Amino acid sequence: MTSLFAAVTTETPVDTPIRRITVTVNGKQHTLDVEPRLLLAHLIRQGLELTGTHTGCDTTHCGACTVLIDGSPVKSCTMFAVQVDGHEVTTVEGLASASGLHPIQEGFRDEHGLQCGFCTPGMMLTAKALLDENPDPTEDEVRWALSGNLCRCTGYQNIVKSVLVAAARLRAKDNVEEDEAP
Amino acid sequence: MTVDEVKIGGLGAKRRRVEDSRFIRGMGNYVDDITLPGMLHMEILRSPLAHARIKSVDASAALAIPGVQLVLTGELLASRNLAWMPTLSYDTQAVLATDKVRFQGQEVACVVADDPYIAKDACEAIVVDYEALPVIVNPTQATANGAPVIRDDKENQHDNVIFDWEVGDQDGTDRAFAAADVVSELELHYPRSHPSPIETCGSIADFDRATSKLTVYMTTQAPHIIRAAVSMVAEIPEHMIRIVSPDLGGGFGNKVPIYPGYVVSILASILLERPVKWIEDKTGNLISTGFGRDIYLRGQMALRNDGKILGVRMHTDSDHGAFFSDAQPTKFKIGLMHAAFACYDIPVAHLTARGVYTNKAPGGVAYRCSFRITEAMFFQERMVQAAADDLGLDQAEIRRLNFVKDDDFPHRTPFGFLTDSGQYGKCLDIGLEAIGYEDFLKQKEEARKNGRLLGIGISTMTEPLGAGNSREYDILGIKMFDSAELRVHMTGKALLRTGAKSQGQGHETTWAQIVAHELGIPADDVVVEEGDTDTAPFGMGTYASRSTPVAGAAVSMVSRKIRAKARKIAAHLLEVSEEDIEWELGRFYLRSSPDSGVTIQECAMAAYSNLPDGMEPGLENNAYYDPPNLTWPFGCYIATVEVDPLTGVWDVLNFVAVDDCGVRINPMIVEGQIMGGLAEAYAMANMQFITFDSEGNCVGSNYMDYLLPTSWETPGFELHEVVTPCPHHPIGAKGVGECATVGGPAAFVTAVRDALKGPGVRNIDMPLLPDRVYEALTEGHDVSGSPPVRTDL
Ligand code: FES
Ligand code: FES
Repeated sequence: MTSLFAAVTTETPVDTPIRRITVTVNGKQHTLDVEPRLLLAHLIRQGLELTGTHTGCDTTHCGACTVLIDGSPVKSCTMFAVQVDGHEVTTVEGLASASGLHPIQEGFRDEHGLQCGFCTPGMMLTAKALLDENPDPTEDEVRWALSGNLCRCTGYQNIVKSVLVAAARLRAKDNVEEDEAP
Repeated sequence: MTVDEVKIGGLGAKRRRVEDSRFIRGMGNYVDDITLPGMLHMEILRSPLAHARIKSVDASAALAIPGVQLVLTGELLASRNLAWMPTLSYDTQAVLATDKVRFQGQEVACVVADDPYIAKDACEAIVVDYEALPVIVNPTQATANGAPVIRDDKENQHDNVIFDWEVGDQDGTDRAFAAADVVSELELHYPRSHPSPIETCGSIADFDRATSKLTVYMTTQAPHIIRAAVSMVAEIPEHMIRIVSPDLGGGFGNKVPIYPGYVVSILASILLERPVKWIEDKTGNLISTGFGRDIYLRGQMALRNDGKILGVRMHTDSDHGAFFSDAQPTKFKIGLMHAAFACYDIPVAHLTARGVYTNKAPGGVAYRCSFRITEAMFFQERMVQAAADDLGLDQAEIRRLNFVKDDDFPHRTPFGFLTDSGQYGKCLDIGLEAIGYEDFLKQKEEARKNGRLLGIGISTMTEPLGAGNSREYDILGIKMFDSAELRVHMTGKALLRTGAKSQGQGHETTWAQIVAHELGIPADDVVVEEGDTDTAPFGMGTYASRSTPVAGAAVSMVSRKIRAKARKIAAHLLEVSEEDIEWELGRFYLRSSPDSGVTIQECAMAAYSNLPDGMEPGLENNAYYDPPNLTWPFGCYIATVEVDPLTGVWDVLNFVAVDDCGVRINPMIVEGQIMGGLAEAYAMANMQFITFDSEGNCVGSNYMDYLLPTSWETPGFELHEVVTPCPHHPIGAKGVGECATVGGPAAFVTAVRDALKGPGVRNIDMPLLPDRVYEALTEGHDVSGSPPVRTDL
């Protein structure tokens, strides 16, 4: 029997129940053979070697493993890899673009929104989902949206500030882009 | 031309953090992110029972599972004399249980397999036959007549007492009490809590047969102590061990002790000659690794009618679980508990302490504090409050009356520490003004008329941060100093390494700021490395807020050594004698002609290209720093709350923190530390709680039951600062990372109690869960979270 993580290849070992899935991660399409019980978090971390997605608990509480699936925040430790067949996944590695850091990443850095950095990827992705839906949230709306992600270091105050700063910058950017539109 | 210190990221610059560029990209390098070729995975089978004899362990079914490489049991370890290991407090701890299990969650066997899923499956296939034994879950049971002896493995252990210890002046204290107008009393339990960093513990052991070298990547706050310990336990020469502590997802004291998982992964790697990774799950972390607190405190305070404190008596009963494994300075069995009452001018005090074994996970670690300081300061502030209540004094006034005054330093504390600086009254004034004290008291009275319950709580304290000095502080005989090593390259860029280990405190950012302050080399030109024992100089690691007081001081001192050499080179370049030149940030110049000078970068180049005759080339050095004293920051924390009379739920209305941690290296990072500390203070006061049923089952073994506050519950904090430089620290800094956690809880608890104040309610034990508050409110009596320990003092 091959190792579970070694099974993440295009070759199907004969003696393991394997499902073939197609998933787009950070814009790149992968066709993968996975064991049905493989958790999405493990596919991302070990299979695809995207270790920015962290795991911090066993009970879907900490949110360190949060990724976006078709734009919605999901705790990847509580989903099987086979469930993302045909879907789009964004991880922290997909936040920055060729032109540079995402304003949420900049916001976290500028406002000291992280200390150990362990919760940060999940926090930023949850924040992205919020701002995509609500570009001008109140402090309470930010606090509510982030309440599924635990942080042990910061006391949240600077995280909330980071998200509000990012929101303001994103709005300013959108306005500029609108002004520049023909 | 003088260099602008803030522009080059020196002292006081709110420099953006260097480490963030990798963290915000998801490019951090935590233990679980590391994959080595041929790596295997280890899982631990834990005991479901808190106290039981092990009759047999049958691993045959586990070994039959394809992909299982090795099953380790206590018996196998015992055959190699490795079933027990020494702890950091001169006790022993089972690596894997042999005779008995002594707490729920204790390590019984380990499986090493091709992947963690197989290893987990195989753990479930191991059959252990237990014979249940009576369970002890608190000090009362532990010290009862005829209580079963938990540590019957120890030859001379005939009861469950670990230590009886005392400090202070008993006779003098008795005299103070005899002369008192009033004696106030208080008894409380500081419940068991868990530091619970979001990242759990883990390790990857990689033994290389060809070189006989063992490399261990692991979640540790103190890599050099681990190297020494591994060398002793595994009998591997110290130079053949390399401990690497990569990025850590928080620590808070949880990652100081040595856990069986680390040890077994090392042994498995040696046996299999392949890298073995162990990553603990959250339940494993919460039920088996270093918890904090769990201590019963009772005390009395001798008072004059006007509120002047004449003396204090204290007794503590601490529950250490099944093994005394928390690191405490050798001399002080109950840590720095006797730093209590340090900010008050109290002539005399006496403390007795007793530590016991119970059938609970081992610990009592310094959870975001110096050894036992959180408990000490919580008790101090609640005791002062009880005295204020008894005398009918205002809670701010009784503190002001008893504070050590600004010009009374150095000051001997009632237990003999020497505090050296502070402006306690000023901090309190700033806090009272910020919270609007007088107005709030009026509001509170008004609100009461309308059935609303408002309360206010003040907590003020100074605490000793930065263990050593090495005269008094050691762990297992290893003196508590720290170190830094600085290499300035020829182009004036530099590499700095220290014996500390950041877990989110931002050392890579702040250490470079100290170099910038001392040498004028821009902080961006200094790269900082920590955590690899093959490259970092020996240090005791990061906990007890000791990084800035000790390692940070070493960074200053090594920079000054570099400057002293650069001065000689500058004199050579300027063709004058050393006495003729002056230093300003980043540059030496001729006193007689300030325009002629050389920069530190020019000196660096000359150190490799144009040296005075006879001078050793290069520009690098190291410094070991042994502080003359602890640093004594001060914190004033004030909370206002509203309690819902129908449910007992309480909300924080406002929270003001005034911190005096001396000179701030990076104010942004200091404020981040304070806010994080306050959130943990709030957590302990409000919800965070690990308890046990009478069978020793841990209640709070996952985040469903062990509640950490989210962004929704956590209140906002308003921060203020006062700066009283530390008189002995090279840049005047004091520790700060833990002040808020230490001083914060009493503010919340006092505020809630203040909201309820009526006859009868003196204490509600933390956490102030709604049902406890509701009971106190409706029944009008104390609510204790746990059974009392002893009735005598
Ligand atoms: S690891 Fe997924 S929620 Fe904690
Ligand atoms: S920054 Fe450490 S958990 Fe959030």
